[in-house]
Amino acid sequence: MKKKLLLLIPLVVFFVLAGFFVVGLGLNPKEIPSPLIGKPVPAFSLPDLNAPEKAVTPQDFLGQVWLLNAWASWCVSCKTEHPSLARLAKTSDVSIIGMLYRDKPENGSEWLRRHGDPFTVSIADADGSVGIDFGVIGTPETFLIDKQGIIRYKQTGPINEEVLNKKIIPMIKELKQL
Amino acid sequence: MKKFLLACAISVMGCWGGMAVADEAMPTENDPVAQKRAVELALKLRCLVCQNQSIAESDAELAVDLRQQVREQIAAGRSDKEIITFMTDRYGDFVLYEPPMKPATLLLWIGPLLLLAAGVVAMVFLLRGRSQAATESAPLTEAEQARATALLEGRES
Amino acid sequence: MIPEIGQFALVLALLLVMVQGTLPLIGASKGISAWMALSRRTAQGAFFFLSLALGCLIYSFIVNDFSVLNVANNSNTKLPVIYRIAASWGSHEGSIMMWVFMLGMWSCAVSIFSKHLPEEMVARVLGVMGCVSMGLLLFLLLTSNPFDRLFPVPLEGRDLNPLLQDPGMILHPPMLYMGYVGFSVAFAFAVAALLGGRLDATWARWSRPWTTLAWCFLTIGILIGSWWAYYELGWGGWWFWDPVENASLMPWLVGTALMHSLAVTEKRGTFKVWTVLLAICTFSLSLLGTFLVRSGILTSVHAFAVDPQRGMFILALLALVIGGSLALFAFRAPKVGTGGTFKIISRESALLANNVLLAVACGTVLLGTLYPLFLDALKLGKISVGPPYFEAVFVPLMAPLVFLMGVGAVARWKEATLPDLWARLRWAAAITLVAAVALPFILGRTSPTSVALLALGFAMAFWIITASLAGLFDRVKYVEGSFREKLARQPRSFWGMFAAHIGVAVFIIGVTVVKGFEIERDVRMTPGDTVAISNYTFRFESMGERTGPNFHASRGTFELSKNGKPVRKLYPEKRMYFAHGMPMTEAAIDSGIFGDRYVSLGEPINDGKDSWSVRVYHKPFVTWIWYGCILMTLGGLLAISDRRYRVSARRETAKPSLPPLEPAKLEKA
Repeated sequence: MKKKLLLLIPLVVFFVLAGFFVVGLGLNPKEIPSPLIGKPVPAFSLPDLNAPEKAVTPQDFLGQVWLLNAWASWCVSCKTEHPSLARLAKTSDVSIIGMLYRDKPENGSEWLRRHGDPFTVSIADADGSVGIDFGVIGTPETFLIDKQGIIRYKQTGPINEEVLNKKIIPMIKELKQL
Repeated sequence: MKKFLLACAISVMGCWGGMAVADEAMPTENDPVAQKRAVELALKLRCLVCQNQSIAESDAELAVDLRQQVREQIAAGRSDKEIITFMTDRYGDFVLYEPPMKPATLLLWIGPLLLLAAGVVAMVFLLRGRSQAATESAPLTEAEQARATALLEGRES
Repeated sequence: MIPEIGQFALVLALLLVMVQGTLPLIGASKGISAWMALSRRTAQGAFFFLSLALGCLIYSFIVNDFSVLNVANNSNTKLPVIYRIAASWGSHEGSIMMWVFMLGMWSCAVSIFSKHLPEEMVARVLGVMGCVSMGLLLFLLLTSNPFDRLFPVPLEGRDLNPLLQDPGMILHPPMLYMGYVGFSVAFAFAVAALLGGRLDATWARWSRPWTTLAWCFLTIGILIGSWWAYYELGWGGWWFWDPVENASLMPWLVGTALMHSLAVTEKRGTFKVWTVLLAICTFSLSLLGTFLVRSGILTSVHAFAVDPQRGMFILALLALVIGGSLALFAFRAPKVGTGGTFKIISRESALLANNVLLAVACGTVLLGTLYPLFLDALKLGKISVGPPYFEAVFVPLMAPLVFLMGVGAVARWKEATLPDLWARLRWAAAITLVAAVALPFILGRTSPTSVALLALGFAMAFWIITASLAGLFDRVKYVEGSFREKLARQPRSFWGMFAAHIGVAVFIIGVTVVKGFEIERDVRMTPGDTVAISNYTFRFESMGERTGPNFHASRGTFELSKNGKPVRKLYPEKRMYFAHGMPMTEAAIDSGIFGDRYVSLGEPINDGKDSWSVRVYHKPFVTWIWYGCILMTLGGLLAISDRRYRVSARRETAKPSLPPLEPAKLEKA
């Protein structure tokens, strides 16, 4: 009897593996969670895109809930999420900080002129070094930061209406009450 | 064997015999030791935007940036451990090709040992059974005896 | 019209394998010989239609029929004809097509070379292969039809992925698939044996040549893949522990175990249950590899089209084939019986231990490959498992394996003694020890880690060579005649083993030396500059342009000289393919018996002087890695050609008058 049970081991191992595969097929191996959630926002001091002599730092937003959106004029998905960002800017009083990532400031300004500027403040991270501190992998990426300057949520890839309604807007409301 | 050794030696010993010639090309890095460290570190870090390559192998922009980071931090005197922490603080354990030891990866690291132990136990179990049976092994059958005789007498090869 | 013929041929093939996979199996269990007899004809018929379908697909690629979606997505009018042919199996649809075609080919081969097998056995084996073919053909037709049409018809195709436009691509997938699919024969024999309850030495003798042949194909397939990565990726690495590479390594490891286990089952009638399990596992791992590659469940450097629906379909197929056969194994294996007995110190034990180590090595690769998936599925975070992990756990498993290779080759069947083993191996051990200790120092290494690694590598290689020679000496000692006659008297199967084992040693030398002594230089070069490594000098002469059929390339001209004497010119390229706009590095390699000189272009440096960043390597003995694999394959082929397999065909009908003799018993007599 004991020997018969041993012979079942390969079958059991296979079905355990198959179970993992069923779950695995629904996962996206390229989606990488950010270790920055729950951590203070990285320090930076970047020039304002519209007024390069002015430096913008995270301290400027202490006490309010804000979003930091990393984008670029060469990024196709950024155009996809643009309408949703614009709607958020119009319907909510949350500050949206646009960080131009690895791009020339003039290209960014031109892009915003053409498509409309949803950002409260725009900053330029031309060499992508602040992007590294934020762990930016590819644009667009959006961070939601609370009043104490703690990162609460990260959206990898474009924001769409669903993400906006189900995730970002409720979280903003919640964080504002704290 | 001697020839073989000699060939090995000749082919390999040339390695330090390199001599400088005029117009020697400029290395991209001035410090060969730092360069070696940078490559070794870069090989351990995964390029996040690629399919499955280390940042040493990839030409993606992010990989180039991160290679630069590694070099700068080495130049700034940071240790390998500090540089790796710098990376995992930003990108998580996903960036490491050598997963750190922690509860979730325990099975990964001791798994091979467990497998080996299971294999050895199963083998010992089986061997004991078989060798006990072997001591009581049967004498030659008639046919085997006949063939053995035939072989010994050289009638069959 | 032609694609429709191909489509129709696929449907006909499906109908035939449906018959092949059902009636002969039922016939075999009920004893209806007319149904059993169907197996050969249906297998041959299905192969005919599969060849026709593949022919139609290749034709569509050659004539640039962009009304076929598969062609439009993977070919281009500017693509050279040879790559258009290779593109037939470059896409997802095409590679599944290739899989099914090869399964048909192996089935057809079994139907032809099985004249001496009992009818019932043939019916079962071909029946099982028919079932697998059925599943894969359904997968092909329902989810990945290679002949799907496209309307409106585009004027130009999208071109084949530039990475795949390489001579390696023409050979690598077919060889790899021949190996993967070839293991289906061993699998079918195992399942047939479980179904029929006939599991004995004859069964092992039938499966052996098929298994070895499949293993040879897989070895060559992996070798070509590795060599291709070596010169195509421009980084000089030859193995990256990428999930797709691991997917081919796992069946290779278990297949190697299977070959050795089959040898024991044939010669000694023992290990039967284990051999059957290995046969099932080897093919299961081949299928699993296909699933891992095709479903996109793991991120790999091989970027294939991802479609979860296809993934679900292959998974269902896996559950049926693997789950079904393992369930059959669990229920029928107790009836198989244990077979011959042996002592703890014997060749059987050495081979059993070798099997355990190979299985553990395979389990380790599987664990490392799937671990990120396990954690992700359990929501425990995302990690990467890469080369540092695999190197750390794999090498320690290989060292004892190599030790056993030496012992196994000289130990006697059934019962050996330690003093006897020591007497046979003491010279081998002495030479190994001296070589391992002395060589690193002779070669000028002093740092402890590098000496230790080199010593380990040399010890493994020398142990295999010297122990193999000791085994050879043992065998010829009592044979009469001149030295040449003595050698000529040895059967080919022995020479096969000898060559394959020496191949492993050659491989280990290659890996050890290249790891320990390779030199790499990253330099920026302006025309006229030189860079010296070892006693070689690379001189950057000029930078030119070259336009290929479907790409534009910047081509550097380098002069390689050795000790100041010019050897040859090298032309590394940086190619930009028109259709993809993807830069590709083509390294230029001066390859020799004792290693390669390798130069690849990095990026241009904007200084107005045609400067480039350039990588140059001296890779001593790297070629031995491939030579070792070739020797292993030759060894396998030699073993298959042994006269035993040709004689057995005749003997089977005439029934041997005497049972095979066991050496241990002979000594007692």
